[in-house]
Amino acid sequence: MRVVVDYDLCESNALCMQAAPEVFEVRDDDFLYVLQDEPAEDLRAKVEEAVRRCPKQAITIEG
Amino acid sequence: MSADRIVIVGASLAGFRAAEELRALGHEGSITVVGDEPHLPYDRPPLSKQVLAGSRPPEATALGASSGSIEDLGLDWRLSTSATALDLAERIVLLGGGERLPYNGLVIATGASPRRLPGTDHLAGVHTLRTLDDCLAIRSVLQAGPRRVAVVGAGFIGAEVAATCRGLGIEVSLIEALPVPLERGLGPQMGAVMADLHRDHGVDVRLGVGVVLIDGSDRAERVRLTDGSVLDVDLVVVGIGVSPNTGWLDGSGLTIDNGVLCDATCLAAPGVVAAGDVARWPNPLFDEVMRVEHWDNAIAMGAHAARTLLAVPGTAESFAPVPWFWSDQYDRKVQLAGRAGADDLVEVVSGSVEDRRFVAFYGRGGRVVGVLGMNQPAKVMRWRSMIEDRVSWDDALAAAGSSE
Repeated sequence: MRVVVDYDLCESNALCMQAAPEVFEVRDDDFLYVLQDEPAEDLRAKVEEAVRRCPKQAITIEG
Repeated sequence: MSADRIVIVGASLAGFRAAEELRALGHEGSITVVGDEPHLPYDRPPLSKQVLAGSRPPEATALGASSGSIEDLGLDWRLSTSATALDLAERIVLLGGGERLPYNGLVIATGASPRRLPGTDHLAGVHTLRTLDDCLAIRSVLQAGPRRVAVVGAGFIGAEVAATCRGLGIEVSLIEALPVPLERGLGPQMGAVMADLHRDHGVDVRLGVGVVLIDGSDRAERVRLTDGSVLDVDLVVVGIGVSPNTGWLDGSGLTIDNGVLCDATCLAAPGVVAAGDVARWPNPLFDEVMRVEHWDNAIAMGAHAARTLLAVPGTAESFAPVPWFWSDQYDRKVQLAGRAGADDLVEVVSGSVEDRRFVAFYGRGGRVVGVLGMNQPAKVMRWRSMIEDRVSWDDALAAAGSSE
């Protein structure tokens, strides 16, 4: 599983951080940092939740 | 439940996410999704922003599945189709064309419709904004270069439309009957901050005034206000709230009271759940029966209602979310986690209102119930957990202060 963020769409709403804090972090500079590009399979449900909850539909999963 | 036939009435966000969750939970039977619009599910937030401004094409709003494609979900779509009645005893949904859809499980996700200004139905150029078609109709007027747009109602939709118009260089009057905008949503103190934001961007903000009359020969030309003033306009956008779409449920036996009344698990009747803007339920986290019109709630509640529908009766979990929404206006991102009312305590705990970058807490009953941020998304999300954990007002203020 590979996590891809479209930074042209991302507006750092930080919902992804709520859903999958192991993978996504919005820091106080208001930018999103992806902590793991290829998270382990046991995080898939959390990452899918992040995909669903992103208000900008900026996250996709490849693989 | 061995529900092989599930019917979802409502083909927008809550209904779609319910369908996805049903499949994710392993439901292999049929899922029929009934929607009165001609479109497959699409995302509404850009309709008052990028799509309205013309910077994003309408087709980019199509909602995708969270993994794989929407076709993989194997849904039976009935678009351009309204449900007209529900027979609870026989477990049948009646459709506009006379068709009868039997179900074992039913998800009600019919959303809400914008309220209209009485006496304006005969006039062109008076619009509400809810659907993609509404958006495109307003956009075509904006592209023709109107002299002035009157936005009636300074709620979030009205405020975003005003901001989008200013971004296009169009003159805007924002008319609100209450003394401050967003008073019900954010309370008077933060509502005043929002009024200033719009004034800074050149919006003609008219507060504490109502609309007496919109007149014109066949399209809106003038808006007459209760303070005697008259605005010459080419377009009126009305954003005075929405009403839940429950008309088709009249006489069904479900309890309808400002929405479909559910229990804490989203169950409205045996085999019937409701989700999204149309649903009202007791949220145990706030000891409040609430109906939440937020985008994020439609997703969470749609999925939760699906889980309840498939649960063994009596084992479903309560739906106890911290509601969350955002609104983009100009270059500011407003976010609220939890609740905010006109009578709540309000305290700015980070940043400053003058810089338009801050976080404020709302307090009620001795605990923190709301976290409002302007351009502070990380802090809003971090401090949102204090609402979930029922942290006391004093402890919340102390915790926010010590992390600065």
